[in-house]
Amino acid sequence: MLEIKKLTKTYNNNTIFKDLDLTVSDGEVLSIVGPSGIGKTTLIKILAGLETADAGKVTLNSEQLPVDGTRTDAKVGLIFQDFNLFPNYTVLDNIMLAPVNVNKIDKTTAKDQARGILDTLGMLNKAELYPFQLSGGQKQRAAIARALAMNPQILAYDEPTSGLDEASTKQVAEIVKTLKKRGVTQLIITHDQFFAEIVSDRVFDFSKEVAR
Amino acid sequence: MNYFLELLPSLLSGLKMTLGVFFFTIIGSVPLGIIVSLGMKSEYFTIRWLINGYIWVMRGTPLLLQLIFVYYGLGMMGISFPRFEAAVIAFIINYAAYLAEIFRGGLQSVPRGQYDAAKVLGFTKIQTFFKIVLPQVIKIVVPSFGNEVINLVKDTSLVYVIGLGDILRAGNIAASRDVTLIPYLLVGLIYLIMTAIVTVLLRRTEKRLNIWR
Repeated sequence: MLEIKKLTKTYNNNTIFKDLDLTVSDGEVLSIVGPSGIGKTTLIKILAGLETADAGKVTLNSEQLPVDGTRTDAKVGLIFQDFNLFPNYTVLDNIMLAPVNVNKIDKTTAKDQARGILDTLGMLNKAELYPFQLSGGQKQRAAIARALAMNPQILAYDEPTSGLDEASTKQVAEIVKTLKKRGVTQLIITHDQFFAEIVSDRVFDFSKEVAR
Repeated sequence: MNYFLELLPSLLSGLKMTLGVFFFTIIGSVPLGIIVSLGMKSEYFTIRWLINGYIWVMRGTPLLLQLIFVYYGLGMMGISFPRFEAAVIAFIINYAAYLAEIFRGGLQSVPRGQYDAAKVLGFTKIQTFFKIVLPQVIKIVVPSFGNEVINLVKDTSLVYVIGLGDILRAGNIAASRDVTLIPYLLVGLIYLIMTAIVTVLLRRTEKRLNIWR
């Protein structure tokens, strides 16, 4: 379970959000909606350890996660809006790189695991391609696979449907549902209310529920 | 032909010197250039200031002068190196400054998102640099790096100033002794062969790196 208590973020003396409380249960799919520039992305970046918060507490499965920028773990998997795949590695290597180098898993095991994840996401036939050879939707699935390979306790997506056509958006929805069946806790940042309602168990309206 | 064979031993011994300076400079200046380029991004003002000063001096004065300074100048201050070592030191610190500027440009063109992605996956800073950033920097800098390497092939001829016998000096001696320009033509040909080899190797590297974009 993810628990956010009284989280406050200011930037250049502007309060982005204040005293934010939010709980996400295990296996839940929660969408956070609201217009752009409101701090949704900042929130998941804090959860992933990329941004610092000024005050507040984040607890993941009863372990407190520091919000002062000292995090070095991969407990929160993040799917970036522009995916940030490593262009110099194939899809398979993008996925294996962290398990092999960070978790020190042997290459054969990491490869089997990566291929298994790619199979689940319907990407096995793209394993040997480089990111520049993939479509937007395929890049996103590669990014999801890369995050899943580190067995994150929660998977967060930053605007997963932006720039995707209708067919790819449907595929993302399918992936979210597939992962939910496997018990993956998912947090989705989106301004697409319709998408949010289709895929999630609960929708959190950032503009209404967060003080500033 | 006979004259060519007569010249060959002295030219080859000069070539050995030229190649020695060339390879030691590459081996020393590439890592130093990378370290200096990283130092340019340091959060400490003093380090940035020192590095900028170093680059300014190295790029702002002739390499010939730097050679003279390292061999004679430092010698007068009691820090003396043998000729070859002095030449290699001067070349390394000079080329590292140019390469650092090239690497800095390469580092700047790796997007922030690559570092973010690496951090979220739990990579350490060192792993991020060597596994993710450096390979991308290498691809970006290969063309400009190649230019510097070709310059280096020709710049090695400056070592004559501290009395080292490189290939140009060997040609020079033969030309004055035999009152002919043929040794110079041969020396020119050897430089052309060296730069051609470097060019082919760099093209191959570029091609190999082009499998990803």
